[in-house]
Amino acid sequence: MNNRNQRRSPGHGQDQQTIEQIRKSRNRVLALGLAAFVILVFFISIAKMS
Amino acid sequence: MTDAPLTRTAPALPADWRDLFALTKPRVMSLVIFTGLCGLIAAPERIHPVLAFTAILCIAMGAGGAAALNQWWEADLDAGMKRTAKRPLPQGRLDRTTARDFAGVLCGASVFLMGFAVGWLAAAILAVSIVYYAVIYTIWLKPRTPQNIVIGGGAGAFPPLIGWVAATGHVSAMPIVLFAIIFFWTPPHFWALALFVKSDYAKVGIPMMPVVAGEKSTRRQILIYAVLLLPLSALPWWLPGKEHSGAIYGICALVLSSLFLALSARVAFRERQGPDDAMKPEKQLFAYSVIYLFALFAALVVDRFIVI
Repeated sequence: MNNRNQRRSPGHGQDQQTIEQIRKSRNRVLALGLAAFVILVFFISIAKMS
Repeated sequence: MTDAPLTRTAPALPADWRDLFALTKPRVMSLVIFTGLCGLIAAPERIHPVLAFTAILCIAMGAGGAAALNQWWEADLDAGMKRTAKRPLPQGRLDRTTARDFAGVLCGASVFLMGFAVGWLAAAILAVSIVYYAVIYTIWLKPRTPQNIVIGGGAGAFPPLIGWVAATGHVSAMPIVLFAIIFFWTPPHFWALALFVKSDYAKVGIPMMPVVAGEKSTRRQILIYAVLLLPLSALPWWLPGKEHSGAIYGICALVLSSLFLALSARVAFRERQGPDDAMKPEKQLFAYSVIYLFALFAALVVDRFIVI
């Protein structure tokens, strides 16, 4: 958390690389979340049919 | 409240997923998930494990979404209080629009998924709980009345009711008693906290009970709620029909609530010893109140599976 705060305070390299890094990690979490959602909906459908 | 971004440092970077996660108040959510799970497990009927998991996930998402809405609305107030100043919005690590959209998606998805997978009655109660917390408590009651936490306490009392309804498909006496237990537990829990962060609340103008009615009155009211909680917590033991709990729960409830009452009495019959008072009894009551609720609901589940 501290590193993150440091990265986000002015004068601590708010450069393209940092932005890309944050975006990448957020997109990865979003992709995992969506994949988990699809799998969950699949299993819900199976459970409701049984 | 304005929609203008509140910042100490401008949020020049995109939102980090960890900040979005922090918006959901994960520590509060753990208690919500636990009580919801206990309501689901303690119910006399069983549902498919996948649907049970989905129900708990929806309760967590709904609670997280409501918490995010709360932080979106209160970002200005949070910035003024020591306890909350490090949250993502007051720190400027997130902008308000992102927080609001994230909260909206979580709330909407939780209600829809609950309705689709588990049942629309559980989904409707989940929707009511979100509106209760985000609108009735956060926007309406909290800035207006010292009874905010008494009425608003209902918001945190919904999870076991939702868990129970998810399993059985209907509302009955037991989940209402579980609702009432959390409802009556909330005021002493929050007022114990409010006593030792009183100056924070006073600074931002939130009319918490110690700020408006004074410490003496708050301490007395903590005791009243603790007294009421003692018989109420044991009520599941005496409920008629197949829903009632057994002796394991009953004895645990009486022991836990007696200790809660003892700690409340210690807080009720003392006064602040000057500005340097460490407020140890109040802090102990607050810490114990969290353990109390975990232990009480755990006893409910254990009792359901162990027959003496």
